[in-house]
Amino acid sequence: MTDARQGLSGLLDTEAIRKDFPLLDRTVHDGKKVVYLDSAATSQKPRQVLDALNTYYERHNANVHRGVYTIAEEATALYEGARDKVAAFINAPSRDEVIFTKNASESLNLVANMLGWADEPYRVDRDTEIVTTEMEHHSNIVPWQLLAQRTGAKLKWFGITDDGRLDLSNIDEIITEKTKIVSFTLVSNILGTVNPVERIIRRAQQVGALVCIDASQAAPHMVLDVQALQADFVAFTGHKMVGPTGIGVLWGRQELLEDLPPFLGGGEMIETVSMHSSTYAPAPHKFEAGTPPIAQAVGLGAAVDYLTSIGMEKIHNHEKAITEYALKRLLDVPDLRIIGPTTAEDRGAAISFTLGDIHPHDVGQVLDEQGVAVRVGHHCARPVCLRYGIPATTRASFYLYSTPAEVDALVDGLEHVRNFFG
Amino acid sequence: MKLDSMYQEVILDHYKHPHGRGLRDGDAEVHHVNPTCGDEITLRVKYDGETIADVSYEGQGCSISQASASVLNDLLVGKELSQAQKIQDAFLELMQSKGQLEPDDAMEEVLEDAVAFAGVSKYPARVKCALLSWMAWKDATAKALSEGKTA
Repeated sequence: MTDARQGLSGLLDTEAIRKDFPLLDRTVHDGKKVVYLDSAATSQKPRQVLDALNTYYERHNANVHRGVYTIAEEATALYEGARDKVAAFINAPSRDEVIFTKNASESLNLVANMLGWADEPYRVDRDTEIVTTEMEHHSNIVPWQLLAQRTGAKLKWFGITDDGRLDLSNIDEIITEKTKIVSFTLVSNILGTVNPVERIIRRAQQVGALVCIDASQAAPHMVLDVQALQADFVAFTGHKMVGPTGIGVLWGRQELLEDLPPFLGGGEMIETVSMHSSTYAPAPHKFEAGTPPIAQAVGLGAAVDYLTSIGMEKIHNHEKAITEYALKRLLDVPDLRIIGPTTAEDRGAAISFTLGDIHPHDVGQVLDEQGVAVRVGHHCARPVCLRYGIPATTRASFYLYSTPAEVDALVDGLEHVRNFFG
Repeated sequence: MKLDSMYQEVILDHYKHPHGRGLRDGDAEVHHVNPTCGDEITLRVKYDGETIADVSYEGQGCSISQASASVLNDLLVGKELSQAQKIQDAFLELMQSKGQLEPDDAMEEVLEDAVAFAGVSKYPARVKCALLSWMAWKDATAKALSEGKTA
């Protein structure tokens, strides 16, 4: 407990919110209360989402877009209703621009494959370039490496500065007339950095390149307005925003979705099929082959309702206050080095750090013994670890249900880690 | 406290004062990583006929992976290949036991300090850490054999 807590403002009523999340009430290791600080990996789920999943399966389960019977109509209405909710949540101009996928990885792979098989003017080939950044999650690196290998295109990337920001000093050399697509994260999952979207998009637009934004760490935590962003594609996942696993979203501009070819073929995505050829359904169905994750989409709709009822602005302010407090307290821990921005400016609620020479695996294990759940490792962002010359980090990440007392528990836990390995 | 069953004194000693660390001359070299956590090891084996003349290594990782490499060096250097394979099999059996195996005297005789890792086998996420250097040794030995460097 500390004076640093004084003056914390903008906090949500976490006592009330936490009642919605059954898991936060459980204990581990002989009665120690769980301190869940791994929401950047996946968030916990409120009762409202769990109930929506249950009700769907108990009352409305049927395949969508097929049957004419009552329950099938209900399932379709619920699935398509979830699309409406997501469209409103991200301020999409049209519900038809919202494609349901399995997760953000699939969304990003879908964009890479649309472009790989596209005709001009979108086609990525050996005379063109793809741009990403050193700060990305592997899911926004590997699909582009695959595309580059398969098409002969050149993959280029922005580096990172010592204080965890994108190095845009050479932006005009990185993004050129040859660039077809620029894909980058809005908020880094390992560094917590919020990136300057506008500057990158302005340059991409100058050269006529498409822009894809990985919003996996943004959609759960801040107002996400795809029209304000001015990107061409935005990808995110449901399970990090209090929704279930198995459901992701790709938003794309309507004219692009009309022009670009499908990737997965199958049921649902067709208009007519003969043994010689097929024609395709309009977007978004063109990109949703096979039976979709119906219950999961319904669950995501409930998640969006839940977040909206609290308010994304308020959630963002809460996390900013918690992050400021956590940074302040962590910087007081001896031998602790924050990997990423050390202030709450342009920063999300994931904080990575190293603790002297103690390996993050060992840090995480000793924290677990005290009920504190953090992520350790390279966080699917190994290039970032290489950039800073470290094998791995320990990452604490916060969400709408996180409290200052949980930050204190983390700091106390780290003291224990230092004693244990000291 | 449960943590002590994983972080035995023997393990922490090997972690803080590793035996045989550093890369020396060898017949074969391998580089293994644990992709989930970023632990890495570069390991070389040197054979003198059927005898393991040296196992040298360099790497970064948690206390469990580093201590395990140190114990491996202690146990295997100077042994005949056939005996080393028996030790490796015993260590693998122990690590895959999910904490259900209580090492008996016979096992202790084979594994010596390595029995201290029994507690680690209760933690599925950490078993890979303990096995990293052992898998690297197995791989390096296969490489050395296939290149005909041993008798």
